[in-house]
Parts: sequence; C-alpha cells; structure tokens
Amino acid sequence: MAEPVLEIRNLEKSFGALKATDDVSLDLRSGEIHALIGPNGAGKSTLVQQIAGSLKPDSGTILFQGRDVSGLDMAARARLGMGRTFQISSLAGEFSALRNVMLAVQASAGSSFRFFRPVMRDASLIEPAREALSRVGLSDRASVPAAELSHGERRQLEIAIALAQGARAFLLDEPMAGMGPEGSQALTRFLDTLRAQAPVLLIEHDMDAVFALADRISVLVYGRIVATGTVEEIRNDPAVREAYLGEGA
Amino acid sequence: MNRETLVNALLILGLLAAPFAADAMGEPFYVTLATRIAILALAATGLNIALGLGGLVSFGHAAFFGIGGYAAGILATHAFNAEPLLFGLPGTNQMVSIWLAAVAAAGMAALLIGLISLRTSGVYFIMITLAFAQMIYYFAISWPAYGGEDGLSIYVRNAFPGTNTMRPMSFFLIAAGLLLAGLAFFALLRNSRFGAALQAGRQNEIRLAAVGIAPFRIRLVAFVLSAMMTGVAGALFADLNRFVSPSMLSWHMSGELIVLIILGGVGRLAGPLAGAIVYVLFEFALGGVTEHWQLFLGLVLLCVVLFARGGVVGLLAGRARHG
Ligand SMILES: Nc1ncnc2c1ncn2[C@@H]1O[C@H](COP(=O)(O)OP(=O)(O)OP(=O)(O)O)[C@@H](O)[C@H]1O
Ligand SMILES: [Mg+2]
Repeated sequence: MAEPVLEIRNLEKSFGALKATDDVSLDLRSGEIHALIGPNGAGKSTLVQQIAGSLKPDSGTILFQGRDVSGLDMAARARLGMGRTFQISSLAGEFSALRNVMLAVQASAGSSFRFFRPVMRDASLIEPAREALSRVGLSDRASVPAAELSHGERRQLEIAIALAQGARAFLLDEPMAGMGPEGSQALTRFLDTLRAQAPVLLIEHDMDAVFALADRISVLVYGRIVATGTVEEIRNDPAVREAYLGEGA
Repeated sequence: MNRETLVNALLILGLLAAPFAADAMGEPFYVTLATRIAILALAATGLNIALGLGGLVSFGHAAFFGIGGYAAGILATHAFNAEPLLFGLPGTNQMVSIWLAAVAAAGMAALLIGLISLRTSGVYFIMITLAFAQMIYYFAISWPAYGGEDGLSIYVRNAFPGTNTMRPMSFFLIAAGLLLAGLAFFALLRNSRFGAALQAGRQNEIRLAAVGIAPFRIRLVAFVLSAMMTGVAGALFADLNRFVSPSMLSWHMSGELIVLIILGGVGRLAGPLAGAIVYVLFEFALGGVTEHWQLFLGLVLLCVVLFARGGVVGLLAGRARHG
C-alpha cells in the first residue's frame, strides 16, 4: 500500500496535569474511512485540532502527504488539503450558505487579493459553490444566512465547504450530531461515497453510522489509543468492550 | 433599487445640493460646513474599511489623518519658502502631488503599525493602535521645525489645475469628488474577493483560516488601504483649515472618526457620510449654544448603541444584506 495520506506519530498534549493526547500514533490511508471513537472527554476533538493546526502539540510529528506540517498554521494546512468540520459549527454567520462555500472556492483558487470584481457576479466562484451545496443537499438553502440554518444544515454546510476547498483529506468532528435519523442516514450514504474522493477521519458517537462506514476504527480512551482494527476486530476486542462499548456491542 | 441604495443616493445628493443652495443664497459659510462633512466622511470611510469590514477597531486612525495633514503642511511650506525638502526634493503646492505623498506616508506608517498591532486583537489592538498614534502625536508636538505644539499654517490653499481653490465652492467640489471616489472604492472593495475574506474574518476568523486564508495578511492590507484613504482626507482637512496642528493626531480625533461610523452605521457604505452629517450639524447647532455640546452628542451616541445598532443608515434602510 502507498504511504498514508495522513500520519501521526507519538503525539503528546497536556492541559496542566491532564494528558489529553497520550502518545497517539495513527494514520489515514487513501480511500478509507477511519473512525475515531471514544467516550466524552477522551481527547478526540483535541486530536483533530492538533492535526488541523489550531492547537500546538507538546511533541510528536504530523505528516500530511508525506510532509511534516508541524511548522504550518491552520490556513497553510488547509491550503495543502485538510478539510475540516467542527464539533461546534464554525461559519461566517452573516454570509449566506452560498457565500460561505464561495469563500472556500476562492481560497482554493488562491485569489483573495482581488479588489474590484464583484464576487456575486463571478461564475467561477458561484458555479463550484452551487455544485458543492447540491452534493450535500443544501441547494434550496443557498441564500439563507449561515446563522439562520438549523444545526444539521450547518454541519452539511461545513462539509460542502470542505468539498469546495478541494480537500485531500476530510477531518469530520461528529458530523451527525444534532441531525435527525433521516439526516444521519442521508449523511451516512453521502460519506460512503466521499471516501472515493479523499479519505475521511471520522469522529462520531453514532455507532450505527460508524459500524456501517468505517474501514478501520481507532478507540481513544483518556488520550490513549487502546485499539485499532476493522469493525469486527473492534467489536470483539475485550479491552474495548470493557472500556467503551460496555454491554452494547 | 433597494432601500439602502436609495438612502445612499439621497445622502449623497443632499450633500451635493446643499452647498449650491447655500452659494445661491450667498452663504459661503455653509459651503465650508459641507466641505467639512465631505472630508470627515472620507476619513471615516477609510476607517470603515478596517473597522466596518474587518472588525479592526483602530483607535489610532488620527495618526494617518494627521500624517496626511502634515504631508500637506510640510510640502506646502517648503514650496512657499522655496526650500528643498529631504534629499534636495522640492516641496509642492499641487494638491494631486500632496495627496500622493499623503497616501504614501500614511500607507507606510500603517504598514509598520499594522505589522505589530495586528498580531493582537480585541482590547489589546485598540490600546496598541492608540499608543502608536499618541507616540506620533508627541513627536509632532516636540518637533520645532514644523511648528511643534503651535502647528503649521498653510498661507495659500494648495492648487488644483484649472480652478481657484480659494473659492469655497471649488474646494467643496474637489473634496466631494474625492469622497465619491472613496465611496466607490469602498463599495467595490466590499463586494470583491478581498472584501469577502475581510468580512469573513470579522465574522469568524477560525472559519477564514479553516478554508485556507490567513487572516493576518488580509487584515494588514486592509489596514494599509484604510490608512491611505484617511491620509488623503487629512491632507484635504489641512487645506480646508489652511492649518495643521498636532490636534489632528490626537486621540480625540481617533475617537471622533469611530463616533462618526457608529452614528452612521458600522460597515455601511454611507454610514460615515450619515455620521459626519449628524456630527457636523450637531456641532454647528449646539456648539454655539453650549461648550458642552459633546455631552449631548454622547447621549445621542448612547441611544444609537442601545436602540439603533445599525446607526442612521440602519434606521433608514434596515439591516445589512450580504447576498
Ligand atoms: N483548551 C483546553 N484547556 C484545558 N482542558 C481542555 C482544553 N480543551 C480540552 N480540554 C480537556 O481535554 C479533554 C479532551 O477534550 P476533547 O474535547 O478533546 O474531548 P472529546 O473526545 O472531543 O469529547 P467529546 O466527545 O465530548 O467531544 C477534556 O477533559 C477537556 O476538558
Ligand atoms: Mg469532541
């Protein structure tokens, strides 16, 4: 197999006495959905923040497409192709859904220092943005300000933004949270097709979705990865059952 | 035409028409008042780029206003005395050259100030921009070559090809022309890709970075453009009063520019113009009656902040639309 798209080695992060990331090594391979599960407070979001560049690890390495990105800030990592969604949606609230996506198109074209041409008459921004919105099923909400979208719609919008960025890897932090069962099912179907475009690191509490989608699962408990394996392996791992899945699996 | 466009058009037409009426009635003083409005509106439109679009609450824009003013004063003085400036360069009494000098000087200062201050945000940014402006203020006070505390007089208003700038109406038209150009620039900028990134950074800088646009560079360029426009207004202001003094650089001036924007409508195209109209008319109407007119202005401001967040333009045209 070719080298992984994303490779994390021996990552450490402490908040005071709390070890939020404890010697984490993990990789994300081309074409896969790698689910990261674990109880509340296990350090899943903290890990994504370090990968995306919004939080600095204490030590360890992050390689993206074979390149050490430790010295790069969030924007630079995004330009390399990290497409990230947030556990708590983070959008330009006054802008319409369409304009939020157009911003990503503009960023991926590397063309933010243009001062005169109006964006709302710029088909090279609008067309790809509409395309991304339609892929996540938000076409009819294109002109609604992001702040007025429902929770679920905001999560879809964040995915559309990552699509429009031309992401080479998707880092999705609980994309199903706040969605009804129908929304979750639709999103599950969508993510299933997404891995063909770029691999997905999927943080999710919805176990139906995780078991349906994941090629591999890593289990994070108290900042440590206690197991990595296929769905079958994780279901049957006694340590995981005890630590996390409880009697449910 | 939507309501905001209509409000903008009325404000601009009102500003343009008033001096003609005043001129026809033989009241040149009102022409000067309108000129003052146009110049302050231009200065605040510059600040509106940083503050309104970018959310950068610069409490130091007096620095750029004053630098523009001193550019005019210093160049005019050298031209008047026929003394060469630095490196044997001559002074000039041509407005166009003076504007270019004001733009260059204000832009350079903003680049240096922005490189440092834009690494901070919130209250720290406010305080650092204030501190830089105060440094320049004290420098001007202690610099005897150009009048120090007493300021610098411009004996003859600087020249513009094809017109007598000493005629109030001519000078008004020059100031109004620059204001219109400034407003057009602001409108284009706001709707452009750069404007999209700048405004997204104000709404949510994490989002901006997450799509791959580094907020710092966007803001730095915005800060410089903003300062340049305020600098040109400063040069005009010096020509209006035919006098420059350190007071143009003081924190009162920075505060006044912020007040204009809040009164008129933050981030709105005609916000600074509406604010300048209210401010100057208030000053004119109450300034003669009581020294404490600013107290009343403060009350108006308080009402705007509490009850009419969008300022005058927000009141007349409703909430801003982003498409
Ligand atoms: N900036 C911070 N300062 C101090 N502690 C923090 C900080 N961010 C996170 N933590 C702590 O680190 C631990 C891991 O938090 P994190 O948000 O990564 O968990 P999570 O696995 O994403 O949980 P959830 O499933 O609830 O989203 C928690 O105990 C949290 O309180
Ligand atoms: Mg989390």
